[in-house]
Amino acid sequence: MGADIRVENLNAWYGQTHTLKDINLHIPANHATALIGPSGCGKSTFVRCLNRMHETNPIARAEGTVRIGDIDIYKDAAPVEIRRRIGMVFQRPNPFPTMSIYDNVASGLKLNGFRNKRVLDEVVERSLKSAALWDEVKDDLKKKSGASISGGQQQRLCIARALAVDPEVLLMDEPASALDPVSTAKIEDLIFQLKSQYTIVIVTHNMQQAARVAEHTGFFLTGTLVEFDKTHKIFTNPSDKRTEDYITGRFG
Amino acid sequence: MNEPGSIQLPQTILPERSEATGPVVEVIKPPSIIRSFLQSKSSGKFADGAFQGMMVVCAMSIFFIVLLILSVLVLNSKLSMHTFGWKFFTSSAWDPNVGDFGALPFIWGTVVSSLLAVCLAVPLALCVSIFLLEICPQWLRGPIAFLTEMLAAIPSVIYGLWAIFVLVPIMRDNVGPLLQKYLGWTGFFGGPNFGVGMLTAAVILAIMIFPVISSISRDVMKAVPIHQREAALALGATRWEMIRMSVLRNARIGIVGSVILGLGRALGETMAVTMVIGNHPDISKSLFAPATTLASVIANEFSEATGDLYVSALIEIGLALFIVTIVVNAIARLLVWAVTRGNSARAV
Repeated sequence: MGADIRVENLNAWYGQTHTLKDINLHIPANHATALIGPSGCGKSTFVRCLNRMHETNPIARAEGTVRIGDIDIYKDAAPVEIRRRIGMVFQRPNPFPTMSIYDNVASGLKLNGFRNKRVLDEVVERSLKSAALWDEVKDDLKKKSGASISGGQQQRLCIARALAVDPEVLLMDEPASALDPVSTAKIEDLIFQLKSQYTIVIVTHNMQQAARVAEHTGFFLTGTLVEFDKTHKIFTNPSDKRTEDYITGRFG
Repeated sequence: MNEPGSIQLPQTILPERSEATGPVVEVIKPPSIIRSFLQSKSSGKFADGAFQGMMVVCAMSIFFIVLLILSVLVLNSKLSMHTFGWKFFTSSAWDPNVGDFGALPFIWGTVVSSLLAVCLAVPLALCVSIFLLEICPQWLRGPIAFLTEMLAAIPSVIYGLWAIFVLVPIMRDNVGPLLQKYLGWTGFFGGPNFGVGMLTAAVILAIMIFPVISSISRDVMKAVPIHQREAALALGATRWEMIRMSVLRNARIGIVGSVILGLGRALGETMAVTMVIGNHPDISKSLFAPATTLASVIANEFSEATGDLYVSALIEIGLALFIVTIVVNAIARLLVWAVTRGNSARAV
């Protein structure tokens, strides 16, 4: 089962730029939560703060409290431990090109020295099935490289790779923005299926996508969280004028 | 304007749905042993720390080695330093019999021969790398690239031998007279031309550093993303315009880096240069005139140096070479910094 995420007074800087200002937010477990907002509003920075990826950039800095389940990730644990519990899917599919499909999915476990071949086989199959990719690749698991399949397949491979470590949270940073509509639909279906088992946070530029897959939606603007509510409420009766302007397409 | 509560939403935004539209995927949880296995693993703090410490030690050893070399050079050249002071670097005297030493002609020979070599090698090397990357048919690419890298592996004494038997006669009988005829008015190609001298040394140095510059600049240019090339081509750029606009611009810092590496090699090159430069400590305007370099005077005279002052002076020559190399590299880096300052475009 997934874990919920509680964010308190999260601030982030990128060099001198204050990219996230006092974010407070509760993301419920085992649901999908969408983050929308114009480019540069801080929504990507926000998800990168949830698995401490933000600070991997030498000029970046984050302060505040982020609780995943019962762990304060900035206090109680090392980044490596955090990232083992949180899967991440990036905007551009990034399978390891020198590894086979099988090895790509198994990489998170092999990395940590997991050697049980039987369980590994099982995990790879389950993860690929969960990512709706199994039928397309099951015959070339160890023959084809992770980079030899199509872009949409690569992205689902990356999702399978993230699922293989059985994460509590799945972060997705515009996972479908580099994909065609058919692949996008597949990814959305997948999110729809996966959210019963994992807490999913998805950054998207596509408001329809947010409406289709997420129960909750947060609207970011210039580094602040303007509004966070039930998706239906955000899209039909937003409380903030700025949210209304954005979703009706008057700016952004 | 709409009144609150009656927002006109694009129809497409809200296709509320309760089920997936596509094929239903079976979401199967991986076995729970995965989670407990991963949580039992260490935080990696110790291993990461040990790794980092090891890397720091390795990196610091560079400082240590440089300091060690510098201190040996300084300690062993004390006598010469005390005798000549700063005049050592500005004096042109080199008379072991009297015990009067100065490094200027050697510094001059090293700097001029290296800079000339770089001027000769860079255009050639860049042309070769551009040809290999952008123009060369696939089947020819491998062989040329392989041969280029082979050139870098030939020992310098072989270059020297080849230069004595092939390059020197060509410079004496063919190239020299031509240069004298057409460029003699510049004054750089006057005086007797024996075939051995500054120009021949520069040419053999150019041939020796060309593979380094070529193969590194080729790697840098190769790293320029395809979409940068396509951006230029889509604007209607010709192949050359595309190379100038996308490839060379994006790769310029790396290309300068390759030139600096080549220059470094040229400054310190000893054997081949010693064999063809003529070994005469004289500062002459003519490039035909024999000259000598810091490295070649050490190679030539160290074994027969008699007397403490002579040895000490030669070691100070070594110190001078060390300093010249650092200064030239620093200037080159400063140039790069000055050109790219305020420009966030990165090389690779």
